[in-house]
Amino acid sequence: MEDGYIAFVKQDCPTCTLIEPVLSQLADLGILKTVYSQDNPEFPALGITKDDSELELSFRLEIETVPTLLKVSNGEETNRIVGWLKQEWETFCETKDLGAEGISEFSPGCGSRSVDPDLQPILQKKFGSGLGSKVVEFASSEDEFEAMYELGWSDGLPIVPPTEKRVLKMLEGTSRSGDEIVTLVPPNLDDLTVEKIAINAVMAGCKPEYLPIVITALEAACTDEFNMHGLLATTMPVGPVLFINGPIRNEIGMNSGMNLLGQGNRANSTIGRALQLTIRNVGGGRPGEVDRATHGSPAKIGLCFAEDEEGSPWSSFSEDLGFRPDQNTVTVFPGEGPRAIVDQLSRSADELARSLAMGLLGNMHPKLVLGFDAILVISPEHASRFADAGWSKQEVNEAIIAHTIREADLLLRDVDGVAEGLPQSFAGLELPKFRPDGGLLIVYGGGGAGLFSASISGWLSGPKGSQYTTREITK
Amino acid sequence: MSTKVFDPTSEQLASAVESPDRLASLEGATIGLLDISKPRGDVFLDTLESLLSEVGAIPKRYIKPTFTKPAPVDLRHEIAAQCDAVIEALAD
Repeated sequence: MEDGYIAFVKQDCPTCTLIEPVLSQLADLGILKTVYSQDNPEFPALGITKDDSELELSFRLEIETVPTLLKVSNGEETNRIVGWLKQEWETFCETKDLGAEGISEFSPGCGSRSVDPDLQPILQKKFGSGLGSKVVEFASSEDEFEAMYELGWSDGLPIVPPTEKRVLKMLEGTSRSGDEIVTLVPPNLDDLTVEKIAINAVMAGCKPEYLPIVITALEAACTDEFNMHGLLATTMPVGPVLFINGPIRNEIGMNSGMNLLGQGNRANSTIGRALQLTIRNVGGGRPGEVDRATHGSPAKIGLCFAEDEEGSPWSSFSEDLGFRPDQNTVTVFPGEGPRAIVDQLSRSADELARSLAMGLLGNMHPKLVLGFDAILVISPEHASRFADAGWSKQEVNEAIIAHTIREADLLLRDVDGVAEGLPQSFAGLELPKFRPDGGLLIVYGGGGAGLFSASISGWLSGPKGSQYTTREITK
Repeated sequence: MSTKVFDPTSEQLASAVESPDRLASLEGATIGLLDISKPRGDVFLDTLESLLSEVGAIPKRYIKPTFTKPAPVDLRHEIAAQCDAVIEALAD
């Protein structure tokens, strides 16, 4: 910028038209070097007027009001004034007797076109960070954390302000373009861009290297098969439960050991949260609105963990599905919070299989079977009972399911004085708790001490409910 | 100093949908009865079907494949094309 004074105006602004003679006076004195016009390049007709109707310079210089008068020295802005106050302009320009007789001495000016809320995202994308989302500005007197609560962006916990620097940094975690539409996100089925996911991932507390997991998890969740809409809208206390396989677990420092389902690890705690915040903010899925959960669950803040592949006596969950060990995967499971199955006395594999089966029978309701899948997070001490006996994971799975088989007659409605149960049409059958073709997911993890395993029950499985799914994570 | 952050919400505008006028009378009107496949929804709708028939309405039954998912688009179109109004049995 040339040293001297430059002004930003628009013809649509009454103050700008009012001070046209002042601008002319300053131009004649050689003080005013350039006038940038935001709407009509013919206004003001001074010979030093330049066209900024594309608003690039107005945007870059963060012009918020017209007229704005900038003082430039050594190519840099040193000061600025906005609106029209005769005395202020005279002092600022070190010039006397500005303005013709009769001109009002004060007029506050108008909003710059570059801060028009409709144009802002376009300008931001074109001339700014390249991000297309609307910029929300909090005043210096506002506490931004409180302001974000007020805007309804939070799940109840504090969120990290998604500033330009943080969102751009987050986007470095993926090779995908920010404006790529990943999927349509329920319940509103609005377009979900990589950028919106990145913003929500920042708020959740994710690091950029977690972003590919969050994106893939959302792709997997927002399908007809996974039925995120139903999972959200149901009165049951369920949400998307994620677990991770592959080298990325260690690369990002996930916890697959002690307290893997609990607090204390950033990746475990924020990846599931980022997914849930995205459903909330982009999809519009808020508790008490489309989310109709009777009780909900603390797991709905976000539940994500990793399998302890290195410690496991067996192949990993994703390898069992045919993925290579070097492939990273996320499994998205429609489930509730975890609960413990205690068995501190079983010494043989068969005893423990019977015992774990007994523990799993209570999932959702002891008299309801086959409708709900489950994850069994088997602990190192429990798994060693099976490994010592030479049982494969498949054998463990089959044995547990076999030990859940009961006569349906004992589970019918009204049996044992309990109305809940199976319809009469199941009479005479023998039924397992879980469907044998994938109804029980065994994942290895947990601390080295503790003869407990954890059960995570699913809600309605299969085509009539939600089908869990495993996808490769692509960066 | 002010803080500038990016909006995490969807910026797509929802299309406005106006409610249709209420039916002036049930007589001769085709009333869809939508069962969402929850237990005992049929009991509720059976009763409604007889009550509607008694007042001269023409009940027409529909069923969602599963209560866990929104009604398929085709079903929604079918009901909209064939009925003057619809009553949905929401829960058990």
